[in-house]
Amino acid sequence: MKIAVCIKQVPDTEAEVKWDTPKGTLKRDGMSPITNPFDEFALEEALLTREKYDGDIVVITMGPEKANDVLRNALALTANEVHRCTDDAFAGSDTYATASVLAAALKKMGGVDVVFCGKQSTDGNTGVVAAEVAAILGWSPLTYVSKVRQIDAANKKIVVERAIEGGNEVIEAKLPAVVSVIKGINEPRLPNLMGIRKAAKAQIPQWNADDLGVDKGKVGATGASTKVVEIAVPPPRGAGEILKGELEDIANIVTDKLIDLKVIK
Amino acid sequence: MANDVWVYIEHKEGETTPMSFELLGIGKTLANELGSGLCAFVIGQNVEPIAKEAFQCGASKVYAVEGALFKAFNAEAYSKAASFLLNKHKPELALFRATSQGTDVAAASAAHLGFGLCTDSIGIRGEGGQIKLTRAAFGGNYTVTVVNEKAKPQIATVRPKAFAMPEKDASKSGEVIKEALTLGEADLNTKFLEFIKSQVKVNLVEADIIVSGGRGTGGPEGFNVLKELAETLGAAVGASRAAVDSGWMPYEHQVGQTGKTVKPKIYIACGISGAIQHMAGMKTSDCIVAINKDPDAPIFKNATIGIVADYKVIVPKMLEKFKSKLHK
Repeated sequence: MKIAVCIKQVPDTEAEVKWDTPKGTLKRDGMSPITNPFDEFALEEALLTREKYDGDIVVITMGPEKANDVLRNALALTANEVHRCTDDAFAGSDTYATASVLAAALKKMGGVDVVFCGKQSTDGNTGVVAAEVAAILGWSPLTYVSKVRQIDAANKKIVVERAIEGGNEVIEAKLPAVVSVIKGINEPRLPNLMGIRKAAKAQIPQWNADDLGVDKGKVGATGASTKVVEIAVPPPRGAGEILKGELEDIANIVTDKLIDLKVIK
Repeated sequence: MANDVWVYIEHKEGETTPMSFELLGIGKTLANELGSGLCAFVIGQNVEPIAKEAFQCGASKVYAVEGALFKAFNAEAYSKAASFLLNKHKPELALFRATSQGTDVAAASAAHLGFGLCTDSIGIRGEGGQIKLTRAAFGGNYTVTVVNEKAKPQIATVRPKAFAMPEKDASKSGEVIKEALTLGEADLNTKFLEFIKSQVKVNLVEADIIVSGGRGTGGPEGFNVLKELAETLGAAVGASRAAVDSGWMPYEHQVGQTGKTVKPKIYIACGISGAIQHMAGMKTSDCIVAINKDPDAPIFKNATIGIVADYKVIVPKMLEKFKSKLHK
């Protein structure tokens, strides 16, 4: 089975993020970058799938040289192959442009049965790239997946559970499929020391726009249809009120205040 | 009209909730700003009852693709139908709720049409005929406003509960325009097998009130009193990442950057310190009540009402007062 994983490098979720407000870009220097937390579940699901059904794992990312770190982490976790999609023309891509590049890379790999990705990134937070990739390629869109029940590569079939509002939906789909996974689908493992050492020395192959056959005019800042016109710091919520006094009185006051909002029925 | 505002109406096998129509509220405001019309669009097996309610909520027209194939939600089928309608009529803007269904249909429709979209919008305004969409970025510490100059229609998903509900007028009606789309089961790669209903009574994203617990609750038992308070208030139960990662609550309850983004009218945070990653998911709640033993906990900076106390002591007292005041 050929298993692909799309991952992204994001700023650490615990760190305070700084914008370069005049430029409208993120100040990435001095920030410790990590693998997007949701993508760790995607990588683990790929590893579990390979253990269960055999096959190869190919991990891709789109990003500048710094993004090699997340691919090295994937290699340390024993991914068979990694590729970094990178080109000056890709900078400033919106979700559709990003999905177009990833879709081109998945097509270039050839013979992919299943693609795993995280349900969203913790920086962009859009949660739409997986669905867009599936739509571009015409592959089965399987988003918010909380359980992969079965993959039958011979009969080109997959059965998953999707965690949506109010419960879990069971879906049967044809392969190839794009599966975006939620947190909790598995327990991601850590790479071992030998894997880390080996990955540190690995050459990371690159694919540029020409390698991928991507039209440079349709990606990056030039191709993006959405344009950022303003970055602002939202007004502070305003100083709240700290209730002081005996707890009995506080309980009385806070319940009165909340009932007065006329939200509680 | 070519610069109409369209609102996608979500349903589950024909069943709607009042929230299905919520975006007709902001849709009307925008249509007025742009001097255009407000339309709804529905994909389903029998759209008439849904269209009727959409008219009452302010839509003047309802565009629809109808057929047995569209009985249950299928992301592929619904997106094909939605992008077919959008491509044919090219409205100015199409709004979807940022739910699992809304996001999937919006994303795939945008991809079918070949352009990007703005997700989880919390601000939308029409200015000089141009639509500006604002979304929160990086833990809500910044807001980013985008415009789409190249593509039409602009597609956006909107954070549930970010805007006021539409006013309902039972006397209103309108025109249903049904468009035929030839699509069969053979054209689809995915098939719905069954739905396993969750045991959770109140859905976090739809909830008006959320009672949430964090590391400070000290363990799974700590959530018992929070669940009791939630039950009394008709609230959903939330949890911080720390509480979920410790295995005290299942992931479906997690609020924050790696969990759900919520915007209830009342958010009661118990034993939650207020890490950036948690605040990102609840900072836009209308009223935040913070209960924490530590007077220096960062959550107090964003709280509407702060109580420096052990939740174990204050929550049972609140519960007792609520029960007597609400006659429960």
